[in-house]
Amino acid sequence: MVTNEIGRTTTDAGPPARRHRSPVAPSGAERGRPDQRWPRRRRLAANAMTGWAFAGPGTFLVVGLSIFPAVWAFLISRTRWNGIAPPRDLGWGNYQRMVDDPELWASVRHTFVLTALFVPSSIVLGLVIAIALSQKIRLITFYRTCIFVPFVASAAATGILASYVFNPQFGSANELLRLVGLPPQLFLEDPKQVLVVICVIALWGEVGFTAVIYLAALQDIPKDLIEAATVDGANRLQVFRHVTLPELRPVTVFIAVWQTITALQLFDLVFTTTRGGPLNASQTVVYYVYELAFQTQRYGYGSAVAYGLFALTMVLTIAMILYSRRAKVEAF
Amino acid sequence: MTAILRRGADPLSPPLPDRPAARRRLLPFSPWHLLLMPLALLFVLPLVQMVLTSFMTAADINRFPPRLIPTSLSVAGYQGLLAESHILRWLGNTVIVSAISIVGHLVLCSLAGYGFARLRFPGRTVEFFTLLATVMVPIQLLMIPTFVMFSRLGLVNTLAAAFVPWLTSAFGIFLMRQFFLSLPKELEEAAKLDGCGAFGTFARIVLPLAKPALATLAVFTLLGSWNDLVWPLIAISDERFYTLQVGLTTFQGTRRTQFELLMAGNVMATMPLILGFVLAQRWFVASMTFSGLKR
Repeated sequence: MVTNEIGRTTTDAGPPARRHRSPVAPSGAERGRPDQRWPRRRRLAANAMTGWAFAGPGTFLVVGLSIFPAVWAFLISRTRWNGIAPPRDLGWGNYQRMVDDPELWASVRHTFVLTALFVPSSIVLGLVIAIALSQKIRLITFYRTCIFVPFVASAAATGILASYVFNPQFGSANELLRLVGLPPQLFLEDPKQVLVVICVIALWGEVGFTAVIYLAALQDIPKDLIEAATVDGANRLQVFRHVTLPELRPVTVFIAVWQTITALQLFDLVFTTTRGGPLNASQTVVYYVYELAFQTQRYGYGSAVAYGLFALTMVLTIAMILYSRRAKVEAF
Repeated sequence: MTAILRRGADPLSPPLPDRPAARRRLLPFSPWHLLLMPLALLFVLPLVQMVLTSFMTAADINRFPPRLIPTSLSVAGYQGLLAESHILRWLGNTVIVSAISIVGHLVLCSLAGYGFARLRFPGRTVEFFTLLATVMVPIQLLMIPTFVMFSRLGLVNTLAAAFVPWLTSAFGIFLMRQFFLSLPKELEEAAKLDGCGAFGTFARIVLPLAKPALATLAVFTLLGSWNDLVWPLIAISDERFYTLQVGLTTFQGTRRTQFELLMAGNVMATMPLILGFVLAQRWFVASMTFSGLKR
């Protein structure tokens, strides 16, 4: 459509006399448009003005706050810069340094562990909860409210609450273990457990969202499909296996991609529970970027690591979408 | 025939003759309660404990074994919070930031969404795809340059640093565009024929129809801006301009084990949204699922 209009501007720019044609003469394609009493060129200019007046401010802000800084971050990533002294050009130096930075690779490992724990469990748990919540039983509104409420709480508040609940001395998590007869744990203070505990906390906050999405998708499954399967003699398990699950595949791909990005970029929870500790055992890549940039003022190297994470996110997302395409799931 | 119709009415429990009947005899209630009740408690009890702890005395909290129910109600946590932090100011800051963010989102996203959905102007396609590309850019890539940009613009240590990133979003513009595309064109064309300009059509005809989409947008913006930690954390270091989330995390750094204070702060930071959600739950969840997943 746009090229069409642009095309018309160039072809119709005739001699001045032609432009000032009679205000009522319709120009074929334009018949019936109320603004045709204006000369075409001025009308196109007016159209452009109106269009930009509507779309311009929003677009300008979004681009100014994402594309522009993203490009700038790339320029910064090729320098050594602390934000004050003039930046020194390093070429690809920062990226080469990433290869043998043990702290970076440790944080990449932690991020992968967290993602591998979080994404599958959020999908399975979200689906189970959604199926349970789609039953027509009493108290269902109460259950829905309870399970969704943590999603509304901020990650910062969730983290602070979690550091209380999982406090080895005063927390109720250990009290619960004691009641069941299990030994007390250190939770967030144990380097071996910390990632699992953070994953549990993230699930607590995020699974409501997954469940709501699945719930909506479950309600969208055509009733006649289930009916037909039932008439053909399928039992509930078979209906679930052969009708419900295949119908949910596109939503599952969406949730997988969404939650992978959430897990890869997890920052607020780490910040409010452990700040990367104990012994850097919960330092994720995003937290490492934050530390590099805002604790040690290494803007150049921090930007390079951020670009590395960006690349990793892109690769994982594209891999998931390609895989779903090959498996013939139309999610995107 | 009637049997099939009845099956269609309740597809989730197909009327197999033996099993449901047998199950009903085993339990006086649906077996799903056995799964849902513990899960619901698991999700909501930490929040209940948060509220209860905020009304405990320090002695109650430090008691062994820990207890859920306070022996006496105390507002020491809230008093301490008021005395030792600028919590009310932080609350005010958060309200201001969220309000400006919501207004910004509603105005800018609906204008731009309408522009992309209905108006024809040169540069439209390029502009729209540029906008979509911004969705791919992750936040951690933006932290450093945005901070530098804000400090050069003099926005560091002002509330603007917290709300400028929330004034609009590609997601919001896309949401509104999809909604406007789904509206029938006839009303707008009629308005145009009656001599209404593009802006008049938008303000008088289109916007009143867009209430559900605008509500969704407002809910998402409220959740995002109220709960945002990253932007105010990196760009605001002056205590007077903290938002609730930043205030609480820094407060946590210095009061690691004064849980009555921390939980009182948590209550103040989360309860406005939680109460709002519980009161308007139906509408809230409808908003979440409206968000373009069911395109």
